Amino acid sequence: MAKASKPVVPAKAGIQKSNGREVHYEVEQFLYRQAELLDGKDWQGYIDLFTPDGVYWMPPEPSHTTWDGMPAIFAEDKNLMTVRMKRILHPDAWSQRPLWETNHVVSNIMVEKETGDEVHVRSRFHMMELRRDDVRHFAGSYRHTLKRTPQGFRIKLQRVDMTNAQAAYDYVIQAWV
Amino acid sequence: MLQEAIPDLAKYVEPDRVRREVYTDPDIFELEMQRIHEKVWIYCGHETQVPKAGDYYTVQIGRQPMLMVRASDGSIHVLYNRCPHRGNMMCGDRKGNAGEFFRCSYHAWTFQHDGRLRSIPMMESGYSGTPLNKESPDCSMKRAARVENYRGFVFASLAKDGPTLKEFLGKAIVAFDDMCDRAPEGKVEIVPTCFRVIQHSNWKIFLENQLDALHPSVTHQSTGRAAHEVEKEIAKRTKKGEAPLSYHMLSAFATVTIDKWDAFQTINYPYGHCILTGYMGLRPQDPDTKAYDQVMIKAYGQKRFEEIVGVNIHHVLIYPGLSVQSQLQQLRAVRPLSVDKTLTEIWHFRLKDAPEAIYRRSLAYYNLVNSPSTLINADDLENFWKCHQGLSSDGGKWVSFARHLGRDLEKDGVVETAPNCGTSEAPMRNQMKAWAEYMRG
Repeated sequence: MAKASKPVVPAKAGIQKSNGREVHYEVEQFLYRQAELLDGKDWQGYIDLFTPDGVYWMPPEPSHTTWDGMPAIFAEDKNLMTVRMKRILHPDAWSQRPLWETNHVVSNIMVEKETGDEVHVRSRFHMMELRRDDVRHFAGSYRHTLKRTPQGFRIKLQRVDMTNAQAAYDYVIQAWV
Repeated sequence: MLQEAIPDLAKYVEPDRVRREVYTDPDIFELEMQRIHEKVWIYCGHETQVPKAGDYYTVQIGRQPMLMVRASDGSIHVLYNRCPHRGNMMCGDRKGNAGEFFRCSYHAWTFQHDGRLRSIPMMESGYSGTPLNKESPDCSMKRAARVENYRGFVFASLAKDGPTLKEFLGKAIVAFDDMCDRAPEGKVEIVPTCFRVIQHSNWKIFLENQLDALHPSVTHQSTGRAAHEVEKEIAKRTKKGEAPLSYHMLSAFATVTIDKWDAFQTINYPYGHCILTGYMGLRPQDPDTKAYDQVMIKAYGQKRFEEIVGVNIHHVLIYPGLSVQSQLQQLRAVRPLSVDKTLTEIWHFRLKDAPEAIYRRSLAYYNLVNSPSTLINADDLENFWKCHQGLSSDGGKWVSFARHLGRDLEKDGVVETAPNCGTSEAPMRNQMKAWAEYMRG
């Protein structure tokens, strides 16, 4: 059980290490690609970005320090992500039939730490969603633990702190933000 | 005025069908709030939500913004969230701690946790010789007419007369007994995360869906099938040949096919409450369950333990505002916001002193089924919205609840569905029967 801790404070800028610009560029391109996969509904492509033990996590409150054993909006390994993908693609997923589009913008990218083959990255996102005739906005921060592999970066942990996580949900969220 | 606008509500409810306006007419909605929600026992929250003196939680009862608050002597009070001076809302946050007393942010009137006036700035100079008097009830925060706590679950009624909470709940009280008894000490604790989801549909559509045994395999087929495919894959890959129980919670929506749901049973009680019996396979013989069983036998003895785990309930509906899954320690409180907008507040609980692994089952269900990324409720919400849209049309006057009508077994005011008639629409008929009685005024 994780203890509740202080809300996350914004990271200090300018703490990235060697190869600053190069790593920054690589990470930035990776995050842009991730946004393209999500907005392009390439669900398998997105799942493939994760390491075999990778986790997508959206805590309900910024004070949470682990997804393990805690309530979460999302806490999914690749198996559960596969369930979500197969369900979205199933012809009888009634709620998934109406017009539905998203647009992610990722910015404020900061490389926080590099250790061994891992890079810890912090960024901010804004997702606009259109569902039928309604527009919703979700925004917040991403914290990625990225692992270097021969195929490029892979996500070990993607933490998504949505600013509106604790607000009432007008309808629900059906895909990864 | 309203009564003139709505001539004869009795004609809106027949044994097997209901007029569509019952779901879509804003005047009927106003009358429902007066005659049902602001009269009957409404669930406010669990006592562990407000552990310390001054802790409060806001709650909507009918159209009334209320506060559930813990006082220094440990008692829990339910107050109108309103300053008696100029009507300012006392607490603007959804939850928090009021400190030693409530203090109005407008003119600094202060109140005890039970609502009694504590002080008014410059009381003597300002009010001597005026009709306002410190002892007058008009100077205190108004309290809910009645508050009762059953095993930690706090209810309030805004009407001073009516059945007691126990009389009101009747046999549906099993929702709380079944949940608490499954803890070795007989107590549950709330997990302090609440998921709130807005449905764009009338509140009754949600309640009618809760015990609708015909819908799961239709509505939730996509998730059931997806989970079943992955469940089989995992089973193939792992040594034990089994996927975690959470996959079963989802795949059951497809593997329990439409015809199998008739084997379930509903029991329908006075005041519109109902129970759906049936188990989702939560008593496997794995080491975690066995360890839990040992803790329970130690606490209760073998005989009582058997009774407790033998209770066979899938879902309890407490009309008009609470849906409880006691064996998964979850509940959904229904707060009607307007005729076509309903808020659900979704909570889950920890069985006090039960092994962590048992909590993890409840948590898995909470995250997968009841969180804002729900793989299940999303399709319900879609149907609720479509239902409300359809009912707004002149394409028909009635909603049908005729399934298995006349086959139910009635005894002493309790209606049980007959064997192999689990998909009977008896729970909807029962809810509308209670609705019609309440609305008669």
